[in-house]
Amino acid sequence: MKIIISGCGKIGTNVISQLVSEGYDVVCIDTDRKVIEELTNIYDVMGVCGNGADPDVLKEADASSAELFVSLAGSDELNMLSCFLAKSLGCSHAIARIRTPEYNDRDLRFLRQTLKLDDSVNPEYITAKEIYDILKFPSAVNIESFSGRNFEMIEIKLKPDSTFDGMTLMDLRKKYEEKFLVCAVQRENQAFIPSGGFVLRGGDKLGLTAAPTQMYKFLKKIGILQKQARNVMILGASTTAFYLAKLLVANGNSVTVIDKNEARCREFSRDLPQVVMICGDGAQQELLLEEGIDSVDAFVSLTGMDEQNILISCFASARKVPTVITKVNRPELYSIAEKLGLDCIISPKKTTGDIITRYARAIENSLGSSVETLYKLMDGSVEALEFSVQQDFEYIDIPLKEMSLKKNILIAGIIRGRVPIIPSGNDVIKAGDKVIVFASGMRLQTLADIVA
Amino acid sequence: MNYKMVFYTIGRILQIEAVLMVLPLMVAVIYGEVPSVFAFTVTLILEFLLGTLATAFLKSKNRIIYAKEGFAIVALAWILMSAVGAVPFVISGDIPSYVDAFFETVSGFTTTGASILDNVEALSRSMLFWRSFTHWIGGMGVIVFVMALIPNLSERSIHIMRAEMPGPVVDKIVPKIKNTAKILYLIYIALTLSQIFFLLLGGVNLFESLVYTFATAGTGGFGIKADSLAGYSPYVQWVVTVYMLVFGVNFNLYYLVLIRRAKAAIRSTELWGYLGIFAVAGVLVVLNVAPSFSSVSEAIRHSFFQVASIMTTTGFSTVDFNLWPAFSKVVIILLMFVGGCAGSTAGGLKVSRVMIIIKTIMREFRNLVHPRSVSAVRHEGKAVEDRTAYGVCVYFAIYMLCFMAIFLLISIDNFDIETNFTATAATINNVGPGLGRVGPVSGFSDFSAFSKIVLSFSMLLGRLELYPLLLALTPGIWRKK
Repeated sequence: MKIIISGCGKIGTNVISQLVSEGYDVVCIDTDRKVIEELTNIYDVMGVCGNGADPDVLKEADASSAELFVSLAGSDELNMLSCFLAKSLGCSHAIARIRTPEYNDRDLRFLRQTLKLDDSVNPEYITAKEIYDILKFPSAVNIESFSGRNFEMIEIKLKPDSTFDGMTLMDLRKKYEEKFLVCAVQRENQAFIPSGGFVLRGGDKLGLTAAPTQMYKFLKKIGILQKQARNVMILGASTTAFYLAKLLVANGNSVTVIDKNEARCREFSRDLPQVVMICGDGAQQELLLEEGIDSVDAFVSLTGMDEQNILISCFASARKVPTVITKVNRPELYSIAEKLGLDCIISPKKTTGDIITRYARAIENSLGSSVETLYKLMDGSVEALEFSVQQDFEYIDIPLKEMSLKKNILIAGIIRGRVPIIPSGNDVIKAGDKVIVFASGMRLQTLADIVA
Repeated sequence: MNYKMVFYTIGRILQIEAVLMVLPLMVAVIYGEVPSVFAFTVTLILEFLLGTLATAFLKSKNRIIYAKEGFAIVALAWILMSAVGAVPFVISGDIPSYVDAFFETVSGFTTTGASILDNVEALSRSMLFWRSFTHWIGGMGVIVFVMALIPNLSERSIHIMRAEMPGPVVDKIVPKIKNTAKILYLIYIALTLSQIFFLLLGGVNLFESLVYTFATAGTGGFGIKADSLAGYSPYVQWVVTVYMLVFGVNFNLYYLVLIRRAKAAIRSTELWGYLGIFAVAGVLVVLNVAPSFSSVSEAIRHSFFQVASIMTTTGFSTVDFNLWPAFSKVVIILLMFVGGCAGSTAGGLKVSRVMIIIKTIMREFRNLVHPRSVSAVRHEGKAVEDRTAYGVCVYFAIYMLCFMAIFLLISIDNFDIETNFTATAATINNVGPGLGRVGPVSGFSDFSAFSKIVLSFSMLLGRLELYPLLLALTPGIWRKK
């Protein structure tokens, strides 16, 4: 399957690397020849140098033969035009990055219809949403929802002195009556799909699933759940910050935003009057103390510079802010940030990459595979895939304990109608169900692939 | 330097060469040539074992290669391939001296066609087949072939492809390197089969059709007769003329035609430059040599054959152009330097480089007249990046320096200047025959062993376009990080 990526900035490059590792034929378009040279050196892709909205360039990239066209340049208008042209030239699907808030309100549908866009991505909004979810469950590291929010997975990190240390998963299940499932465990950069006899250790990162109502109870019981963040301080008045502040304000939280740029501050407070807008340099500790960093429930650093985000987050952690969220763009800085004790790191690139990959898989789906959605968890080493069960699936109505699954595969959830089931050995899969499968170290194409 | 990856890849290449040796082995079996059967069997088994050992023990987790590993792989692979490919000649006794056999094999893989054999017709059939088959393998590049067969040979294998494929800028024609390699080889095979068909149609027997087609496809030039193609019918000579030209064209253009973008292919300025130079040189030679032929049609046929043969750096001949007037000889020497199109199987500087050099010179003149003028060199309808134009000029400078060094080294043998000059030109441009004592009806056997090694090096330099081999000789590239 051929995919054209136009605009190879930070996000574009990450999308390209994901798509290439998935094995797609990727063509990248960028105006900067150096970028193209670099990309063709590193990845097995074809590069075209030029403007993505120039029909000649699109023809050179042979847009008519591509299944998917993704425009991820910095300018929304350029993206819309490129996608429109690519579709007109005969490309079957087009996705544009549209990030300006004005385009993303009610007009988005109209825009998409008029421009024949199949989808749009808004990395800033996705990031904001992700941060918002974390603030809702302050102790979770990461939250993923599946199948239209019917099913959630929460990543939590066990403290070194956790009571779970040394327990097997089987013991854990006996101890608590709530239905939950540990789907994945990450220990020192290695990810496992655990079986019942797996022994937990302090410092492990767990992927937990449960039905939403039960999840809350369970987390409360094991004492992980703390109160929701009420006062949030955001550093940097970026577009992401805008979306996040909007979500938080709508939820009734009190929000303080700090930015150096006065014009940006004015604009921000005009659009969101409920936010306390501070114009000043967030790198000054004095300013942060004055604005009450000691009393906030959460601190989110969203400036454009990774290094600044990391350093100021360290300061916030040192001031004992309960939740500190750091935006880091460059993947090579993740591990450094984690070493510095920042465990909640958000990367807009990765999230966008996931969405595009998911979309590409969905297109391929109509060409044979039946993956509905795809999520990458635990730094990309574990995949969660959602399948819908067809009539011809071999193991319909057979209890799960009688199926012999491949190694490193787990059925994490079954969604029947809108009801999520946390499966045990006696549950069965029925036609029409949606099944969520966790896999590590392999690429599944159909549900039948999970059986050994 | 990622040594493991370098030798792992070379192991793979040796395995593939061993597999390819099955073909001449089959020929040897068919013709019942016992010494050759023995020679090929021994070589291919040993080579395959060597390759398998290398791939088994050097499997590296770090599969990333950078540009320098790419150069090192290509340089070493070509030298080793030739070293091993020469072994059957020695074992079977067809070419008793190893240096001679090495020269002959390098000449084969680099599609040069220069030979040290005084009497080609004495060679066994399977050896003749192997000699020509090396042209075919070397033409499109054995590493490209390996990449078409083996998935994910390494990460960033574009560096290997760049180092092996000729031309100032190497581009993929489809997003994946493996598919690009596959398409190129499929086009190559299709063209090869069509030439075999046309030769069979002209009454040439199957063995000779195969041998000549391999030599034409790789623009090599090894024949099986002492007088090359002189003894064949005009039809056969015309077929070979056309196919030599066909294989001298950039293969990307054929792909454009296949995906129905023939218009884009026809707009290629390099193609027109190539055909233009061919036509002008052909007409000049016809006018110059016409008096020595009995009929005009014969003069045209022989002139165009020779011009096509030299320009595409094949090196077949239908007449002894050593006896032609000086003007025609000079035209032929100049054509050696021009060569075919980038991205073809031909050698030489390549038409696109020559065009870019000339256009850069013209721009320089313009800039001298209008010191403040800003202009770009245009090629193929696009502005050439300054970096590319600069790269082409530097390439030309290095090329001339290498030429002079080789010219100097072989002059130790004390032959006349014409012989030395054309021997250097014929090897570094992968043409094959030169003038004087290395003319089309004589060979390179008179040279000393030292000169033969120097000239082998010269052929490899030409085929791999200088950089891989020169870089492999610098110690910096081998330093461990």
